[in-house]
Amino acid sequence: MQREGYAGNGAPRVGVYICHCGTNIAGVVDVTRLTEYAARLPSVAVAREYKYMCSDPGQALIRSDIAEHKLNRVVVAACSPLLHEHTFRGAVDAAGLNPYYFQMVSIRELDSWVHTDRGEATRKAEDLVRAAVQRVIFHEPLETRRVPVNPNVLIVGGGIAGIHAALTLANAGRHVYLVEREPTIGGHMAKFDKTFPTLDCAACILTPKMTAVGTHPNITLWTYSEVQQVDGYVGNYHITVRRKPRYVIEDLCVGCRECIEACVYKEAKVLDEFNLGLGKRKPVYLPFPQAVPLLVVIDPETCIEFKSGKCKKTCVEVCGDRGAIDFKQTERLEEVDVGAIVLATGFRTFDAHRVPYYGYGTLPNVYSALEVERLVNASGPTGGEVVLRDGRRPERVGIIHCVGSRDENYNIYCSRVCCMYSIKLAHLIRERTGAEVYNFYIDIRTPGKGFEEFYRRTLDEGIHFIRGKVAQVSDWSTQPEEQGKLTIQVEDTLAGLIRRIPVDMVVLSAALEPQADAEAVRRLFNISCSTEGWFLERHPKLAPVSTFTDGIFLAGACQAPKDIPDSVAQAGAAAAEALALIDAGSIALDPNTAYVIAADCSGCKTCIPLCPYHAIIFSGETAKAEITEALCKGCGVCVAACPSGSIRQHLFEDAQILAEIEGILAAVRA
Amino acid sequence: MPDHQEHTGPRENGWEPTIVAFFCNWCTYTAADLAGTSRLKYPPNARVIRVMCSGRVDPQFIVEAFARGADGVLIGGCHPGDCHYVEGNYKTLRRMALLRRVLEEMGIAQPRLRLEWISASEGEKVARVIREMTESLRTLGPLDLPGRRRRWDAEVTLPAVAAAPIQELAAQGR
Repeated sequence: MQREGYAGNGAPRVGVYICHCGTNIAGVVDVTRLTEYAARLPSVAVAREYKYMCSDPGQALIRSDIAEHKLNRVVVAACSPLLHEHTFRGAVDAAGLNPYYFQMVSIRELDSWVHTDRGEATRKAEDLVRAAVQRVIFHEPLETRRVPVNPNVLIVGGGIAGIHAALTLANAGRHVYLVEREPTIGGHMAKFDKTFPTLDCAACILTPKMTAVGTHPNITLWTYSEVQQVDGYVGNYHITVRRKPRYVIEDLCVGCRECIEACVYKEAKVLDEFNLGLGKRKPVYLPFPQAVPLLVVIDPETCIEFKSGKCKKTCVEVCGDRGAIDFKQTERLEEVDVGAIVLATGFRTFDAHRVPYYGYGTLPNVYSALEVERLVNASGPTGGEVVLRDGRRPERVGIIHCVGSRDENYNIYCSRVCCMYSIKLAHLIRERTGAEVYNFYIDIRTPGKGFEEFYRRTLDEGIHFIRGKVAQVSDWSTQPEEQGKLTIQVEDTLAGLIRRIPVDMVVLSAALEPQADAEAVRRLFNISCSTEGWFLERHPKLAPVSTFTDGIFLAGACQAPKDIPDSVAQAGAAAAEALALIDAGSIALDPNTAYVIAADCSGCKTCIPLCPYHAIIFSGETAKAEITEALCKGCGVCVAACPSGSIRQHLFEDAQILAEIEGILAAVRA
Repeated sequence: MPDHQEHTGPRENGWEPTIVAFFCNWCTYTAADLAGTSRLKYPPNARVIRVMCSGRVDPQFIVEAFARGADGVLIGGCHPGDCHYVEGNYKTLRRMALLRRVLEEMGIAQPRLRLEWISASEGEKVARVIREMTESLRTLGPLDLPGRRRRWDAEVTLPAVAAAPIQELAAQGR
């Protein structure tokens, strides 16, 4: 089994390096005993322990030992290989030894962090180190595969995160395909009036960026579109995008809105999605005046032409020679090749109907915070007037924090932005109406730049803060002052008493939740989700915008609840990561591909249907299986299935895995 | 290389089951890492071998693990539909169904081979599965296939047995 490597080594000489990781490993595993144990294993030339193997001196230790002790195999027992395998392969490579003459053992994540018994943890570490030493003997020198990288990038989601990532990449001269499922980009931010804590006008900072996306020569913007299929792999993704019909020809429509005026519906009758149903629109509509692209959409659900086919089609008439309206438009598919993907699919707000005792949906003057964002917005359904559904101006307003967050019944996590947006809304409502505003909170969380200052400012403005989780919002009165009002019943945990506070308007500060279809999107892109459904980053600290699928990055609130500054920062990071990937021109892939020992292949074809990538073909000429290395992703399914053992896999050879099994169990046999 | 190498320290609490675990790189191994970073605690009985896909687990590996003294074998892969390699985990599932029957014929009880779908976010499930499996193997007791094999070998090489004619053995009811 053993073959000569390029380092020119006959008998294996293994160097074993045990990391203390400060006290992370050494606190539980007896590293000295482990090192002594490793030193006695057959083929081990040198075994050492060091405080931090991944540090510069730690790596230098490996490099100098390779030269001095003529090591031809290296084993490092430290943290997870998913974290530092790359680092140590680099160190081995730098010393002139093939980087694949290396095996990493996790004695931190798989041992010291999960066990408490020092003796048992050390025994386990011994088993694992012995397995690695036995395995590494069977390692062979391999060459990293390099594949070219397509320089284009796909960005999914046109909220502030997707917009920022798109502009960053486009400004760097890369071509971006930005796919948004709504008819316009802008996302949640386009709905806001002011942003905390600076009270910047959201539209003033967002709409110029939206326009830049719409006009940028390096951005192909596909709104009202969804990604339907993702094929390929890092550097070489093939994407199919489904473009829903908007029944308006994009190249011809200039956004003049004459068709909206001319529509046979004289009054807007359809609930307007952009205003969360607080306003009305017509069947032909523009989501909002600053929409990008500035193109109308026809809603076939409500358009008379679609329902009866007997409309006078005044819209077509008024569009005239431009001829932008096309009732026969159908769904189209676009296919593009990209090297990297940024997911910026955002969040949805918690549906407050799920908390029946707060009266959302049954008591008319109970609003969700997002609805109130629209009410305070100058371009909203009321032109920025904060008024109740009957047109009255509220004199007393209660804002209930943590609706759906920090609640065992719904989501246990903190949605992170609600305290701040609640305080912002309190400020805006008081500013616009002069109302008494009460905030009902569990804890006020203001850990961002300028957040605490903003909170203190609102305290000075006379906004009330009551610590306590609201038990109920009701419209029945027990006191004369509660008549005709909504009563918020709450335990004031600072005063230590139950209070009933009558108000005219209740605002529910709803949690941020993963998009309803996050699970489907996750599967489409083959990435992971946390248990709550947020897209999972590769490492919370070291790779916060990467995913476990190479070439796919995360930006914004699809990863976890986030405010605008954090979403933008993350989008910039994701763009930079994508840029680093595509600008390299080619990417190194682990050489863990399968290959056929032609002499042993019987031509049974068992393997051929097993490969999901069609990497195995049956050669009519030789009557044997052949693997196209460029297509192989290295899963090893065919290797395990080959009846004659003629398919093998680099880095995961049978001999290597069997040696590992033997090493693990050597002590059991004793 | 010697057949075995003893541990540096003696075990204080007598026999403990040994589990050989094959975890796929993308889901279950990552979940085990998460269990680690979350500092979840579970029994130290499992030894993990990382493979890229649970579909790489050759039934031979499992048989080999039992033959070399494992009391249980645990295979962890991505949930159905979530395989990083499209459908490697389905292939594992089918292979294991067949292997289970073979193992039962060999006197290796069902709970000794366990297949679990554990996604990258399910660190808690890694801890729970290893805890449960360790408990069930403690109840089952040692498999000790190497010892059994030695005893079987000893039986068939008994000079009296080897020399005795078939009819005689039949008469003795052997």
